[in-house]
Amino acid sequence: MTMPVLLPCAARLAAAARDERRAGPRFRLTLTQGIVLVVLFAAGCAFAQAQAAAGDLPILATIWKWSPLLARGFVFNLAISFIAMGAGTIAGFFLGYAQISLLAPIRKMAVIVTHFFRNAPWLVLLFYCMFLLPFQVTLLGVTIPIPDWTKATLGLALPVMANVSEIVRGAVQSIPTTQWEAAASLAFTRRQTMWMIVVPQCIKRMLPPWMNLYAILTMSTVLASIVGVNEMMTLTQRALSAENRPGLLLAFYAYVLLWFFVYCYPIARWTVRLEARYAVNQ
Amino acid sequence: MEPIVELRDVHQAFGDFEVLKGISFDVAKGGVICIIGPSGSGKSTLLRCINGLVPISKGTIRVAEFEVNALRSDKERIALRKEVSMVFQQYNLFPHKTALENVMMAPVHVLHEPRDEVRERAIALLTKVGLAAKCDAYPGELSGGQQQRVAIARSLAMRPEVMLFDEVTAALDPETVKEVLNTIRELAREGMTCIIVTHEMRFARELADRVLFTDGGTIVESAPPGELFDHPQKERTRAFLSQVL
Repeated sequence: MTMPVLLPCAARLAAAARDERRAGPRFRLTLTQGIVLVVLFAAGCAFAQAQAAAGDLPILATIWKWSPLLARGFVFNLAISFIAMGAGTIAGFFLGYAQISLLAPIRKMAVIVTHFFRNAPWLVLLFYCMFLLPFQVTLLGVTIPIPDWTKATLGLALPVMANVSEIVRGAVQSIPTTQWEAAASLAFTRRQTMWMIVVPQCIKRMLPPWMNLYAILTMSTVLASIVGVNEMMTLTQRALSAENRPGLLLAFYAYVLLWFFVYCYPIARWTVRLEARYAVNQ
Repeated sequence: MEPIVELRDVHQAFGDFEVLKGISFDVAKGGVICIIGPSGSGKSTLLRCINGLVPISKGTIRVAEFEVNALRSDKERIALRKEVSMVFQQYNLFPHKTALENVMMAPVHVLHEPRDEVRERAIALLTKVGLAAKCDAYPGELSGGQQQRVAIARSLAMRPEVMLFDEVTAALDPETVKEVLNTIRELAREGMTCIIVTHEMRFARELADRVLFTDGGTIVESAPPGELFDHPQKERTRAFLSQVL
């Protein structure tokens, strides 16, 4: 185990690049982006106000009027993100564990599944889930409907699963082999080593990329609007068509962006802080 | 008396590269063997073969009642490793556990001994290696020498028959080398069977019953320390000793 500073520069860069790949898609939110959003929103409002006809509600009052509905949509986005993240994490944990199995067929299978779902466009997976799954299933004479949002959630859980699988594999493999060797020479079984020695050390390393993934997922829940789920994006479109004022477009979508920013920004900040802390403590 | 460790014509290869090319030696119960030799001569691999971490390609290794080369399942290897403990160059403590927990883990979870009993023994062992005050410290808070002594205590907690030491002072500051060597010296004097890979020639001379000089995967020379260090028979041994002494 060499200290990072002792690695030659090229090796250190290569290691950093490997970590980047391992951590999956990168997602950085900065305060500047937030400020840009606010400016965009203000510009949108000004534009809408300028376009307003006589007798139209002022722009802020219009937004305020629709806010409770949009908030309901946003809660739906969050619900989808929680469920997809939970299901994806559990499935991804098993898949990641299978990726480091000692049995070659299981390992290869898991690697293929992981890479397929990790590299497939999220929207394509979403469409597959929407159109391949039936709208109801009949089990033992009982008909259970499968609502669209469940299918959309599943569609989003699949890429989450694949990314968690990679996070788990990367974290386990980042534990030096000397830990396995030490555990083996103390007569621990492989399973004991995994659960008592390797996984506890991994949790810390997995947390930042996992939170990063969650922020990306939350942003992606709006994809569900394309397949007709009543989340914030869909409801915004409805509000806009009800208002029938093209001038509102810019302001409304900037408003939606602000909601997501306000929710995701603290997560992103916290992720960066955790990463910095673990980078020092490694 | 029958030796407790017996190696006969041990060969080991990584792919086409032969690391060990026919190693044979015995260790009596309570004996101390020191293995010296240049880097890359297969010393560490040899130790890893003895506790079954690395499989051998030819020959036989016996430790107590275990035919190491015949062990096929993990279960059998685990039974062996309860008798043979190993201490590593890089300590390899578990960084998420305190010193005391490091020492207690294996006896509690592998030997299934009662926690209270193990705890008492672990504290006694840490006291013995001079670290009674560091029970609750995490490895990251300890110096290299302290970590290595915790690692020795951790191995001892399994009450092994044989201890393997793999260049345990090679990564330490010169000042802390002494405290680790003292700990090993004490163990050896208490009658623990030790196989020690080391670069500390003075230590080898003082402690060993027999010193093996290895080079290129073979034992070049094997003799009691006085003979090997003062009257080496082989040219290769003389060349090596003139470099390091």
